[in-house]
Amino acid sequence: MSVASVTSNDVLDALEAEAIHVFREVAGAFQRPVLLYSIGKDSSVLLHLARKAFYPAPIPMPVMHIDTTWKFKEMIAFRDRVAVELGLDLRIAQNLEAIAEGVTPYTHGAQEYTRLMKTVALREGLDRYQFDCAIGGARRDEERSRAKERIFSLREAGHRWEPRKQRPEFWRTANTRLSEGQTMRAFPISNWTEFDVWRYIRRENIEIVDLYFAKPRPVVERDGTLIMVDDDRLPLREGETPMMKSVRFRTLGCYTLTGAVESEAADLDSLLTEMLESNVSERAGRLIDGEGGGSMEAKKAEGYF
Amino acid sequence: MTTTNTISRTGGVDDVPVVRLVACGSVDDGKSTLIGRLLAETGSVPEDQLDYARRTRRGGSTIPVGEVDYSLLTDGLEAEREQGITIDVAYRHLYLPNGRRVIIADAPGHEQYTRNMAVAASNADVAVLLVDADRGIRDQTHRHLTVCALMGVRSIIIAINKMDLVRYDHAIFEELTGVVKAAAARLGLDEVSAIPVSAFEGENITKSATKMSWYHGPSILDALANWEPPPADHESPFRMPVQFVSRAEGNFRGYVGTVAAGTVHPGDEIVVADSGQTAIIDRIVTFEGDRDEARTGDAITITLDREVDVTRGDLLAASGATASGETAWPQPADRFSADLVWVGEESLMHGRSYLLTIGPRTIPATVTVVRHRRDVVTGQQLAARVLETNDIGRVEIATDTAIPMDAYSSIRETGGFLLVDRVSADTVAAGMVTHALRRSLNVVPHNYEVDRDARARLKHQRPRVVWMTGLPGSGKSTIADAAERRLHALGLHTYVLDGDNVRTGLNKDLGFTPEDRAENVRRVAEASKLMLDAGLVVLVALVSPFRNDRRAAREIFDADDFIEVYVDTPVEICAERDPKGLYAKAASGNLPNMTGVGQGYEVPEDPELILHGGGNLDEQVDTLVALIVGE
Repeated sequence: MSVASVTSNDVLDALEAEAIHVFREVAGAFQRPVLLYSIGKDSSVLLHLARKAFYPAPIPMPVMHIDTTWKFKEMIAFRDRVAVELGLDLRIAQNLEAIAEGVTPYTHGAQEYTRLMKTVALREGLDRYQFDCAIGGARRDEERSRAKERIFSLREAGHRWEPRKQRPEFWRTANTRLSEGQTMRAFPISNWTEFDVWRYIRRENIEIVDLYFAKPRPVVERDGTLIMVDDDRLPLREGETPMMKSVRFRTLGCYTLTGAVESEAADLDSLLTEMLESNVSERAGRLIDGEGGGSMEAKKAEGYF
Repeated sequence: MTTTNTISRTGGVDDVPVVRLVACGSVDDGKSTLIGRLLAETGSVPEDQLDYARRTRRGGSTIPVGEVDYSLLTDGLEAEREQGITIDVAYRHLYLPNGRRVIIADAPGHEQYTRNMAVAASNADVAVLLVDADRGIRDQTHRHLTVCALMGVRSIIIAINKMDLVRYDHAIFEELTGVVKAAAARLGLDEVSAIPVSAFEGENITKSATKMSWYHGPSILDALANWEPPPADHESPFRMPVQFVSRAEGNFRGYVGTVAAGTVHPGDEIVVADSGQTAIIDRIVTFEGDRDEARTGDAITITLDREVDVTRGDLLAASGATASGETAWPQPADRFSADLVWVGEESLMHGRSYLLTIGPRTIPATVTVVRHRRDVVTGQQLAARVLETNDIGRVEIATDTAIPMDAYSSIRETGGFLLVDRVSADTVAAGMVTHALRRSLNVVPHNYEVDRDARARLKHQRPRVVWMTGLPGSGKSTIADAAERRLHALGLHTYVLDGDNVRTGLNKDLGFTPEDRAENVRRVAEASKLMLDAGLVVLVALVSPFRNDRRAAREIFDADDFIEVYVDTPVEICAERDPKGLYAKAASGNLPNMTGVGQGYEVPEDPELILHGGGNLDEQVDTLVALIVGE
């Protein structure tokens, strides 16, 4: 199968129009919407779609990043540059309490760390600014429980996701009304696949963080996963010595929890070819998803995006 | 050969790059296996998920470990597996070799999930309806066919599955196909084809069958790859609901939305269907630059050659006339006939006010009549007064303001709507407009010279509606009686609408179920409105226990004309007084719908006045009369 046949331009046009429709519906229906920005490729696509949706007016909502303080350095630099270039109203949400207590992926375990630094930080950020709708880049092909996710996903008080309370979605018509305590999450690229995202990035010439492309980087192999030594906070285990390998990242999160893949793909075309040949789920490189069956679903119930 | 069909036409991929498919059929008809095999054999699932389907085995599976159990590829939520239920529609991507994308809405096959089936069908172009060749046609087959027809799915592919279990018998295939096609024809579905398959053996799924030499039609994959929409689709007149009005630098004013139907170009005349104002399209603006055409599904921004009054929710439409001489745009109306799929947990109550959402527009609306409920298996129309979860029925709807809506059968996007509960904000129904009711177009209110103000002047009074709500026995009638005597003595023209008295005449057909109470409140409110118009001070003494009903009553009046009075009396005092012996009856179980005992009473959240029915009567009456005459 060729890259072109996986996602034709016509498919991209249809997916793009659907996503723009969702962006506009959020802007029209909610009082205080926010765009969640994780600096990853999906977020880069979301930002691009937002510009298109509101053109010639600027993006009419703030952009929020959940900063765990353990993101790759390159990601933060990229975020700050993009914010300036596009004139974004960037808000940064952090769990300051947990940071002060010295919570790290090592001291608290990946799962508890993720809950505190991502889920709790997100909930606090949404509450602080009283956002009533948060736009995110989740896709239905990412993970099994996401296949049933709504485009407009309702959250109860405390940002809880309750599968049974999700609203049936008929046509393009969204029920955006909220009762006391409820908020909404909206996912404009629900119907995109990973290949769609990559092909769209190539077609639209969207800038993404360089970490997605292969380059010699210092890594250690740990439990079968290649972890990049992004700074000196990574406690090396006995016998571990960072070595230079040509690696890239398929998804970007906290550097200590994101596995690299060995690759020579230094540009988009070779990257797409490599992905088509391997054909493995993208979240396979995310260490936090694997703990306990259906853990994405459990995290969502707590308010994870 | 009876399997001739419309799906073997060639081409069409560019026109329909994304095909939306609903997969339906009864629980054990083999849907998961069929979808799983389609996904696996087109390379649409990643290798690690295939691995999972090779290693994992569910209880009862006879497939050897190491081979792919295709049904596992569509496994659902953990919550579903734990609780042994299916909650929801799942969406899956199928990559076709010709570049087309199929988004499969996988609806649960249990019969109690009509609502999920309706959701999945609402967005679908094509349905694959599975029938188990061995077990034959079942109720669920008819149910799903009915829902497909109702939700406007235009093409049906009948997949007669498990042909391996009936020795690939041609006669069985023809027999089953004949029954389903006849049922489809009765429902008005005309694009129907049939394919004999074995999902388990992989016959006619992505590869042509090797064991059915009598069959010469396409496989499921070929049918999807070559599917073309019915030609009428391209000829729909232009429709675009406005999501918002965009203002940008340089006095830019653009109307933002997604084209729901038809095609437009700069220079075309359009009409704001809400107001009838016309304008010429100046530009079609997008990020990439201006376009010279926009088609169904395009997300665009339109500028017009003149200022028109447009807000979020208004409908831009083609101007001009149709071949039959009607306007090419829908005329605003406030009475509609519609089919409803009821998805709410509480039953539909006619007379209760809901919110109606159509595209980006939301307005208050009331279901005034339930015409009938549909038996989704037999297609029969059954008499009904309520609709419950998963019921489908025909109703009449009244909206607070006149809005333009299309018939759902001609344009889905502008003829399909949601009903939303005002308090919980839950979606309680999906509705499909059948037609605007003629009488709403023909009924033009006549404005009489002698109006309410003139009548009120003659009486030297300010007409008001005083709505007294409270538990049975709280003292509403007693207070109303005393207050009316006082007002009468002051020379005011009054009338009391007392709940029990109204039920002996105007409302004697109504009982005490929540839906009848809603209608009771609606009629009393309308009667009060006529009396208000006649210039009277109207005292309403009505239990009216439900907030939603009282809110609906309030909404038909101007804000200053309606005074809500909560007669707040502890239930123990009401029960002790028990002037009509109701509490005694309820206690003995003879009055199941008694407010305060069997049914709840929802205390007003923000009444204009609270009276204490357990307090001194004269003081309560003083307060009430002062409010009525004092202002």
